[in-house]
Amino acid sequence: MTIEFEILEDGRRMRVRGPLTIYGAAQARDRFVQAMRLGAEIEIDLSAVDELDTAGFQLLLALKQEGRRKGCDVRLVGHSRAVLEVIDLYHMAAELGDPLVIPAESGAPY
Amino acid sequence: MNLDQALQTYIEESRALLADMEAHLLRLEREPAEPDTLNALFRAAHTIKGSAGLFGLDPIVSFTHGVENLLDCLRAGEMLLSGEIVELLLRARDHMSLLIATVAEAGEAAGADLRAQGDALERALRETLGGDVAGGVPAQAPDPVIASGGGQIDGDVWQISLAFGGEVLRNGLDPISFIRHLATIGEIVAFSTHCPDMPPLAEMDPESCYLACEIGLKTGADKRAIEDVFDFMRDDCELHIMPPASLLPASLERITHARGPEDRVGDILVEAEVVTAREVDAALARQEAAGAGEARPALGEVLIHQGDAPKAAVDAALAKQREIREHKVAEARFIRVHADKLDALINLVGELVIAGASAALIARRANDAALVEASSVVSRLVEEIRDNALTLRMVEIGETFNRFHRVVRDVARELGKDIALEIRGAETELDKTVVEKIADPLTHLVRNAMDHGIEPAETRIARGKPARGTVLLSAHHDSGSIVIEVQDDGGGLNRERILRKAVERGLVAPSATLSDPEVFNLIFEPGFSTAEQVTNLSGRGVGMDVVRRNIEALRGSVEIASREGTGTTIRIRLPLTLAIIDGFLTRVGAASFVIPLDMVLECLELTAQSTAAARGRAYIDLRGEVLPFIRLREHFQQDGDAARRENVVVVHCAGRKAGLVVDELLGEHQTVIKPLGKLFQNIQGISGSTILGSGEVALILDVPSLLQRTISQEASALAALTDGAR
Repeated sequence: MTIEFEILEDGRRMRVRGPLTIYGAAQARDRFVQAMRLGAEIEIDLSAVDELDTAGFQLLLALKQEGRRKGCDVRLVGHSRAVLEVIDLYHMAAELGDPLVIPAESGAPY
Repeated sequence: MNLDQALQTYIEESRALLADMEAHLLRLEREPAEPDTLNALFRAAHTIKGSAGLFGLDPIVSFTHGVENLLDCLRAGEMLLSGEIVELLLRARDHMSLLIATVAEAGEAAGADLRAQGDALERALRETLGGDVAGGVPAQAPDPVIASGGGQIDGDVWQISLAFGGEVLRNGLDPISFIRHLATIGEIVAFSTHCPDMPPLAEMDPESCYLACEIGLKTGADKRAIEDVFDFMRDDCELHIMPPASLLPASLERITHARGPEDRVGDILVEAEVVTAREVDAALARQEAAGAGEARPALGEVLIHQGDAPKAAVDAALAKQREIREHKVAEARFIRVHADKLDALINLVGELVIAGASAALIARRANDAALVEASSVVSRLVEEIRDNALTLRMVEIGETFNRFHRVVRDVARELGKDIALEIRGAETELDKTVVEKIADPLTHLVRNAMDHGIEPAETRIARGKPARGTVLLSAHHDSGSIVIEVQDDGGGLNRERILRKAVERGLVAPSATLSDPEVFNLIFEPGFSTAEQVTNLSGRGVGMDVVRRNIEALRGSVEIASREGTGTTIRIRLPLTLAIIDGFLTRVGAASFVIPLDMVLECLELTAQSTAAARGRAYIDLRGEVLPFIRLREHFQQDGDAARRENVVVVHCAGRKAGLVVDELLGEHQTVIKPLGKLFQNIQGISGSTILGSGEVALILDVPSLLQRTISQEASALAALTDGAR
C-alpha cells in the first residue's frame, strides 16, 4: 500500500491517505512544498493516514515549522488514531495538535 | 572473565553482603537510631540488586527493590524503625539469601514455594511502606519539575537526553519503538521533542532524522538498565542519562566508601554506578578529540558537560581518587585464590616434606658432611615453606562466631528468653576446613545451652542472677590446638538426674562411682537422646552424640565442666590443622610411633628404681608428682621383650599429664598426616599414619584418647583399691 494525496477544493485542502512513513516521505515532502506555494493557508487532513512513523512525524513537524517561517497557516486536521498515537508518544500534541479532535471512544466524555 | 565466573563472584559477594546485612540488622535492633548502619544496609541491598540486574536475575532484582524502597524510607527518616520492621527485613534478607542460593545451585527459576514466600514478603514490605507504593516507585516521590530545554530535574526522575543520529531511520530503526520500550521499565513523566537543526522543508532530507528528545523517567531501574534499552541504536544516537537527584546521596556514599583498587575517576564513577562504562568511553573519545595539552579537558568536566554525571558526584570521585592514590602504597593487598589450588599446594608440600626426610636420611647414611649440611639447609627451608603454606589456610574464627548473633537472637525469641551472646577470641585462627566443619556442632551446642542451660527469667531472678542470660563463645590457642568454649550462665547440669537416666538406660552400672566429668560426658552417649533430656528442645539439628562424633572426626575432643546453679562450659579442643604437624618420633620394638610434638613435655628414662617404687602399678614419681603411664608395647600388643632401656615421654593434653613408655627416642620429625584406611579408623589410640624418610610407615598416636585411657585405668585401679580397703 502506498501513499496517496487527494487534493480537495481549490488545492488548499489536501487529504493524505495510506501510510505516512519513511517510504513515502520524500514524495510527501514534495507534495507539501508544492501545496505551500499555493497560498497563505493550507489544511491537511490526516484522517486517512493509517500508519505514521518517526520520518512521517518529523515531516509534519517540519511542515509546521516551515509554515511559521513563511507566514503560512498550516492546519493539521482529522488526526487518525495512528497519527494521534505517535504525536502523543512524542508529547507534541501542542505543536501538531491543531484542533485536535479526541475520538469519542477513547477520549473524555465531554 | 567469562559469565559463569562472574556469576560465581557475584554469588560469593552477595553472600558476604547478606552476612553484612544480617549483622547490620541485628545491630539496628539494639541501636535503632544509627544512620551509618542504615546507610550500610541500604548500600548492601542496593549492590545486591544492582549486580543481580547485570546478570538478568529478575526475581532478585524485583524482590530486593522492595527491600531497598523500605530501607530508603527509613534512611530518609520518613518512617521510624520498629522491632517489626527489623523482623520483616531479617526475613526479607533470608529470602534474598534463598533466591541467591537458588541461582547458585541450579541457575533455575525459583520454585513455587519460594515464589509464594517472596510474594508474601513483598506484600508485607509494601504494606509497611504505606500500601500505596505501586510499580516499585516510592510513594513519596515528589512531582518532578521540568525546566524547558532540559535543565536539572528534581526528585527521583532520571533525565535522559537523546539525540538521534541522521542515519537512524535509514538504518531501519524507529525511535518510537525504543520510547515504547523505555516506557516498560518505568514511567515517562516528562517528555519534550526538539528539532533544532532541522533545515527548511524544501532542503531537508525526509529520510534523515533531525530529532532530539529530553525524557524524564521515573524508574527503579539503574543506569545500565536504562542504557540497555537503547542498545540497538547505540551507534546511531547520542545518549546521556543523568541520575535523579534523589540517588545522588547514595552515589556519593558509594564513591566515598568504594574499596576497589581503581584510582581513575572514570572507574570510580562506574563502580559507584553513577556513569556506565560506555559513557566513560564516549567521554574519553571526546577528550581525545579535543586535542592534547592545555586545551584538553579533564574527564570529569567532559562527563559533567555531557550531562552524564552530576558535578557533586564527580567532585566526590576526584576526592576519592586522591585518597586512593595516597593509600595505595600502604594498603594491604588481597587476592582471591581457589581453595583447590591451596589444597594442591599443601599436598605438594607434604610430599616435599617426605621426600626431604628421605634425602636427609640418605645423606646421613652416606656420611658425607657437605651433603648432610646441604640437606639440613633444604630441610629447614622445607619447614618454613610448610609453615607458610599452612598459614595460608588459616582463617579467623570470628566469621563463624558472628553467625551466632542471629542464631541466639532467633532461638531466644523462640524460647521467650532474654539471652545475650558474648564473643571472645574472634581473631583466633584455625584451618579453613576445620572452621567449616565446626559450625554445625557449635550451633547445636549453642542452642542446647540456650534451651537447657539458661533458666527462665523468674528462676534466674530467684537465684539472684541477672534476668538476662549470657552465652559466651570463646576461642584460644593452647599447645598446638584450638580450644573453643561454649559457656552459659544457666542452671548447670544436674549430676544426679543424668546419672539416674544413665543407669535407667543401662549406660552405667548402678554401683559405679563416676567423677563429675565422666557423668557429664554421658550426655554425649547415643542413648541419651536430647528429646527426653532435662527439658525438651525443638529436636532440630543433630544430637549430642553426633556433635561428639563430628568433633572426633576432626581429631578433636570435647569435655564438659558444669556447676549446678552457675552454668555449664563445653570445651572443644581441635587440632589447628589437618595436614602436617611437627612430630616426635619414637620406636617400640620394630614399629615407629609419632607423638605430636606440641603435646610432648619432656622425656626421661624409666629406671628400674622408679618401676620398683611403683610396685607393679603404672605410676612413676615425677619430681614428687604422681604420673600415670602406659606401656605402648603392651597397649599395642607388640611381640618381643621389653628393651633393656625404656624411656618415658611425658605428654600433656587438656591440663592432664601422663607418660608413654617407649623403647627408643628418635627425635623430631616433620609429619605429613595420611588418613588411616576405613578398616583402621576405629583403632583406639591411633589418629593417623605417616611415611618416614626410609619409606616405612609410622603410626601417629592419638594422645588425648591414650591419656583418657591411662587416667581411667588409674581411676578404676584406685576405685578397686578403695573398694578393697572398705
